Amino acid sequence: MSPRVVAVAVAIAAIAGGWWLAVRTRGTPSAPAPAAAPAAADPAAAARKITATLYYVSDDGMALVGVQREVPYGEGVLEQARQIVTAQLSAAPPPLVSAIPQGATLRALYLTDRGDAFVDLSAEARTMHSGGALDELFTVYSIVNALTTNLPAVARVQILVDGKEVDTLAGHVDLRHPLQKNMKWMRSDKG
Amino acid sequence: MVPRPAGRGVSLFVVLVFRTAVLLLACALVGAQPATTPPYSVLSSEGRRQLPARIVAGQEMVALEDLAGLFQLTVREDSLAGGISVSARGQTIVLTPGQSLATVSGRLVPLPAAPIREGRTWLVPIDFVSRALALSLGTRLEVRKPSRLILVGDIRVPRVSGTVEPQGALARLTLDVAPQTPHAVAQEGTRVVIKFEADGLDAALPASPAPDLIQGIRTGDGPASVVVEFGPRAGSFRASDLPGERGAGRIVVDILAATTTPAPITPVTPPPAPTEPPPVLDITPSGGIRTIVIDAGHGGDEHGARGPQGTLEKNVTLGVARRLKAALEAGLGVRVILTRDTDATVGLDERAALANNNKADLFISLHANASVRPSASGAEVFYLSLDEYGDQAQRIAKGETEALPVIGGGVRDIEVILWEMAQARYIEQSAVLAQTIESALRERVPMSPRAIQQAPFRVLVGANMPAVLVEMGFITNADQEKQLNSEGFQATIVHGLVDSIARYRDRQSTRPAAAGASPRPGGGRQF
Repeated sequence: MSPRVVAVAVAIAAIAGGWWLAVRTRGTPSAPAPAAAPAAADPAAAARKITATLYYVSDDGMALVGVQREVPYGEGVLEQARQIVTAQLSAAPPPLVSAIPQGATLRALYLTDRGDAFVDLSAEARTMHSGGALDELFTVYSIVNALTTNLPAVARVQILVDGKEVDTLAGHVDLRHPLQKNMKWMRSDKG
Repeated sequence: MVPRPAGRGVSLFVVLVFRTAVLLLACALVGAQPATTPPYSVLSSEGRRQLPARIVAGQEMVALEDLAGLFQLTVREDSLAGGISVSARGQTIVLTPGQSLATVSGRLVPLPAAPIREGRTWLVPIDFVSRALALSLGTRLEVRKPSRLILVGDIRVPRVSGTVEPQGALARLTLDVAPQTPHAVAQEGTRVVIKFEADGLDAALPASPAPDLIQGIRTGDGPASVVVEFGPRAGSFRASDLPGERGAGRIVVDILAATTTPAPITPVTPPPAPTEPPPVLDITPSGGIRTIVIDAGHGGDEHGARGPQGTLEKNVTLGVARRLKAALEAGLGVRVILTRDTDATVGLDERAALANNNKADLFISLHANASVRPSASGAEVFYLSLDEYGDQAQRIAKGETEALPVIGGGVRDIEVILWEMAQARYIEQSAVLAQTIESALRERVPMSPRAIQQAPFRVLVGANMPAVLVEMGFITNADQEKQLNSEGFQATIVHGLVDSIARYRDRQSTRPAAAGASPRPGGGRQF
């Protein structure tokens, strides 16, 4: 008798927790909270930073290189994921060069309990893309690797555009499934 | 699949009144006026049913209650979690109010709008049917919005469109039928009837500008017929079939004036002279390659990459593809099919499907690369990476089988392969092809530091034969842009590819039957 009561209580708590998380997730899907966003209530929190590895195109254009950069602190995995993607999407300080098409911004970011992150980018991710296969690989994997490398809770990443699933960004890389971290595009590879 | 309509009574009337009242209230709350829109016709092997639809806040919505009746769904509302679960055939779709997403067996599917409560039921966007419900039911649910049709299962409803062109003593009706569908054309009194072997027609028929010969064109006389009514001057007809584009068919029906003799009439455009060489006699050794599909990357609206001088990737790929076709046909005597021979937009699925439908032995996709670093240069050869496609692709590549129970007891090992993973079983041969091409190109053109790579490229994954993607050079590099535009460089690339395909063919045909063959039960195609 007693174990059943406990089980029911745990189940109710789990459902309520899931719903709370869903509501919380939903509450800010289109507010990617740019790094410089003022946090009037807690200026100290706004100033907090973490060090994350972000990815840029190597000098010869043949690989991605990981660069340690400061990224605004985000409360919880979801908010931190938004901060990391927002930082990855923003312009790269010279001499670094970003693989992200100009003007592409984060519309929303969702995270499932299986560790799949859904990164919803603005239309520029497609319309402003240079169109090359290697560039497209770098665009995709700079985002996938930035999330999976810095956040162990994120196992896979699927990129959406304008809220919709897309086949590709520029006609090459299959985006119909979530992608895992892939370090073979990194400079550390013999090349 | 589509059950018979349930009886409707007074209670339903009350429910409808209630639903209408609540809908009006809901719309007032969200500030969006619902607008009526024609219902959809749901066509299945069991008949035709109606699915009402309405416009709410610019989105076309249908009621989950109506879908439940049509597709035998169970809809439950979880008042605690605030979600809606839709169960069908043991699979569950979860919807959450306010979120334009559905979860289908753990997979997130984006929707154009969030579900909206309407009284006791919920409204969902019509795209829910094709995106989420089809996935859950594991059957084809094709929504054709312009023609207000939803096709269920393997029902055949070809699209038929047409034009009428007066040509002096005759009027020519040209019907484009997609996909190509068997049909019979016969005169019945003062009309010509074209009967299709189909379950229905998705027809957009033209008005006749020559009513003296063709009074009208309409559907009728059965679920899949087009009727051409003779005008007062019409006396006879003649009909012919022509191949259309991309698997479509074309039917040409000439309605002839009664006093006209056939001789002086402009003949029907003959079937185009075979653009392909005469069929290759089936005397090639067992290791032979008969058909190759060359894919000119991008095209039409999709320009691909752009060089600093404005060179477009789509033009370079088409130029090389045409040269390669001619060189392969002349040099190796193989049949070569181009995924596009003009500046046309062709879907990535269509490219692989063309190769599969023609039982091609090789698929080679041509591209030019781009980089944000202008110095990047060199050719690269890609074949598919399976890492991104999960365990199932790995199992297919290893030739593993599924043991399924058989009626009467026992189990049988069979290969279960999703079409979109067709490439998995050819991955070893694709690797060999990529190496052969890389080797031949390296002798002729500059190569990238990473000349052979694997990547999850969309155009390769559905190809049911060895398949590679060749990046001929970086169009964003000023020197390489000039090269890619030059006849000399294109010819060099073509020579390298012809040479490598010949080497690959020789290697496959001389390979001992037992050595190197994949241990694959049921077997993929082997050369």
